[in-house]
Amino acid sequence: MKQAERHIREPLFHIAKRDALVWWAAWLIRIAAVAAALVVCAVVTVMMTGENPIKVYATMIDGAIGTERRIWNLLQSLAMLLCVSLGVTPAFKMRFWNIGAEGQVLIGGMATAACMILFGDKLPTVLLLPVIIVASIVAGAVWGLIPALFKAKWNTNETLFTLMMNYIAIQLVSYFSLQWSVPKGSGQIGIINGDTHAGWLPSLGGHDYLINILIVAVLTVVMYIYLKYSKHGYEISVVGESENTARYIGINVKKVIIRTMLISGAICGIAGLLLVSGTDHTITRDTAAGRGFTAIMVSWLAKFNPLFMVLTTLLIVFLQKGAIEISTIFGLNASFSEIITGIIIFFIIGSEFFINYTVKFRGSDKGGKA
Amino acid sequence: MSNCPAIELRNITKTFGSVVANSNVNLSVNRGEILSVLGENGSGKTTLMNMIAGIYFPDHGQIFIDGEEVVIRSPRDAFSHGIGMIHQHFKLVDVFSAAENIVLGLKEEEHYNIRRSAAKIKEISEQYGFEIDPNKKIYEMSVSEKQTVEIIKVLYRGADILILDEPTAVLTPQETQKLFAVLRRMRDDGKAIIIITHKLHEVLSLSDRVAVLRKGEYIGTVETASTNESELTEMMVGKKISLDIERTEPENPQERLVVKNINCMNREGVKVLDNISFTAKSGEILGIAGIAGSGQRELLEAIAGLQHIDSGEIIYNNPKTGKQDDLRDKTPLQIRELGVRLSFVPEDRLGMGLVGNMDIIDNMMLRSYRKGKSPFLQRKKPKHLADEIIEQLEVVTPSATTPVRRLSGGNVQKVLVGREIASSPTVLMAAYPVRGLDINSSYVIYNLLNRQKQNGVAVIFVGEDLDVLTELCDRIIVIGSGRITGTLDGRTATKEQIGYLMTASSAEEKEGGEA
Repeated sequence: MKQAERHIREPLFHIAKRDALVWWAAWLIRIAAVAAALVVCAVVTVMMTGENPIKVYATMIDGAIGTERRIWNLLQSLAMLLCVSLGVTPAFKMRFWNIGAEGQVLIGGMATAACMILFGDKLPTVLLLPVIIVASIVAGAVWGLIPALFKAKWNTNETLFTLMMNYIAIQLVSYFSLQWSVPKGSGQIGIINGDTHAGWLPSLGGHDYLINILIVAVLTVVMYIYLKYSKHGYEISVVGESENTARYIGINVKKVIIRTMLISGAICGIAGLLLVSGTDHTITRDTAAGRGFTAIMVSWLAKFNPLFMVLTTLLIVFLQKGAIEISTIFGLNASFSEIITGIIIFFIIGSEFFINYTVKFRGSDKGGKA
Repeated sequence: MSNCPAIELRNITKTFGSVVANSNVNLSVNRGEILSVLGENGSGKTTLMNMIAGIYFPDHGQIFIDGEEVVIRSPRDAFSHGIGMIHQHFKLVDVFSAAENIVLGLKEEEHYNIRRSAAKIKEISEQYGFEIDPNKKIYEMSVSEKQTVEIIKVLYRGADILILDEPTAVLTPQETQKLFAVLRRMRDDGKAIIIITHKLHEVLSLSDRVAVLRKGEYIGTVETASTNESELTEMMVGKKISLDIERTEPENPQERLVVKNINCMNREGVKVLDNISFTAKSGEILGIAGIAGSGQRELLEAIAGLQHIDSGEIIYNNPKTGKQDDLRDKTPLQIRELGVRLSFVPEDRLGMGLVGNMDIIDNMMLRSYRKGKSPFLQRKKPKHLADEIIEQLEVVTPSATTPVRRLSGGNVQKVLVGREIASSPTVLMAAYPVRGLDINSSYVIYNLLNRQKQNGVAVIFVGEDLDVLTELCDRIIVIGSGRITGTLDGRTATKEQIGYLMTASSAEEKEGGEA
């Protein structure tokens, strides 16, 4: 045939699906993506600020892990984000688009705060803490259960539903912030039980955040085992991968959806508990601080593997902390650090495309199967 | 110029991974001509048309329009060359009116003017004899009306090469006649029309020429006037090949599964199973033949507890207890709890039978993971089973922990069939178990089915390759449009007989409809 003529007319490139890559090649692509991201960030930094990019990166590292205090802060932030990520993971693994983690965390925190305020001076600590824990878990679980029930019964859209539940949670917190505000009418709850520390999670060995970190570490391992080795975890995978297969082998899909969202919401409720009782000792509309959404990215990047999620959370928290430091040291506004974070995450997510697809250029298979 | 065909394909090849959908296909259509593209399901008709319409890009080969080579990269390119495709599944916005759908996405010089558009639609309708209300919303329309909108949509855009993908599949006989009248008028108006179909009588009554595809290969083009049903059938199904599949006499056959008068509607309210009755006996292979989509899937799924049926009975004679159980509307789990050992190899291997992203071991567990009270999974036995299947069926895989989607089609099927047989079933249903498999893997599957038969299993085999059906099965039932159109003895049935019965029902229906 008229090969030469044909090749002129063929489009410059087209995209084809790749066969499976060996694991090291996939990691090579990911590492190359991070490297490329750092180069692009360096160029952007020089162009926008004129600063030496190496110095900027050094500041970043210093901001994240420069002092012992910073390391503790990093670990605390890591634990909080990881906890919410653990919450969304079972739902996302089941392909249930739970973007309501934000609300589930808030409502869990709300329940915690409520118990602290209402029972703080009535119950002894040995009783108060269990009450708080149960309340936060139940609150989160209910917030997860409601959209799941509607999905199972009437096949409602869980994305919209969970999103709406976020707004309800935010407004509830706003309402009670006014109700319980100190001083009255300020709309701020302020530190709860600042004098008695009633309902605060204890600090272990003088480290305020150690208990949060330990709880999340245990949760991570438990979630890993649950997803990988339990029958429930297996059912979640099957439902997520193919609802048809689940039906074919007789899995009750509705039951799995409801059960999984209960667990998902409950863990988000625990995150709310850790944030209110273990960290801030107060609640505001911003207590969840967008973690419910960042968690989705963490979970996807780690392919729903809780152990990998430790790494992806670390990456994101590290970038956030480092970026804040850059803004303060170089007197740039906070948006600049977000630009840097955005570029890096863009490259990492983009690398997945090159792992799954290959770009074929014109004439690259000359004389192939013709 | 006028001697050139409106559109000509030369040596078009398209592969998807290792599957060859089209290999070196040559076609041409002249203006003022209707060309039928005929072929069984999976013969590559739709893929070929999608390449003309800009949805796929061919790996090799050339496309000429009016004698000039063109490159069609997107549906927009196709439109700019005057090509319009009417897909099997309509692409319309439900809440918009007909006129809105027709002008949707169109870049006109002037501002959008619904009244002017309506006038143009009316003009087109009158020219070709469409009946349409431009202001009617799509969701209020019948299937046939929606199709009309699709056709007007491409005409409105000035298409003079029209491709229709199985346009009659969703139409009643009367609607089909109307459509054909319109198509003839368009042909007389000088348009080039390609119609994809597998209904022989439609081909003969409508088209000027027929191009036949078989398993992705281009078989040839014939003038309709100089051909007949049997010649076309032969081109479509091919000459008989001797397969040498051993076929033993059924031993001590007993009625295992009795299906009585089952009826089933799909979501659109179309009857997909129409009064189906048959008996599957132990120790024999019962073949089910028919054009794909004639109700085979719904039938098997109804038996497996995955498809609700409107009426009828599915009776299982339990050989252990001697009891008769009605499986109708039971869930797969309930069926298993009744002690019914029913195995099912579904048509959609990776979408239903297996989980593509899970490894072989985890796929083995699908049937058995519930066993035991422990909340944790026991992977030991599934691992043994996986190793056993890999060894005995010669599954080519790096290891038992490789995700099954990475295996080739044949190996995927060995894993699936292996698992289904491992639970020592009394009824084994297999839908298109050798589709897409190479010869060797196919024989592995035939032998497995045969061994099950010799073990006294009632095997139900849904197939598309008529050679295989006539060599493997003891009895064959043929279904067309959800109805049983014939029951044949597998030892005496011929391909032509089956082929005729496969297409017979729609012809009958048509005559019945007109009467």
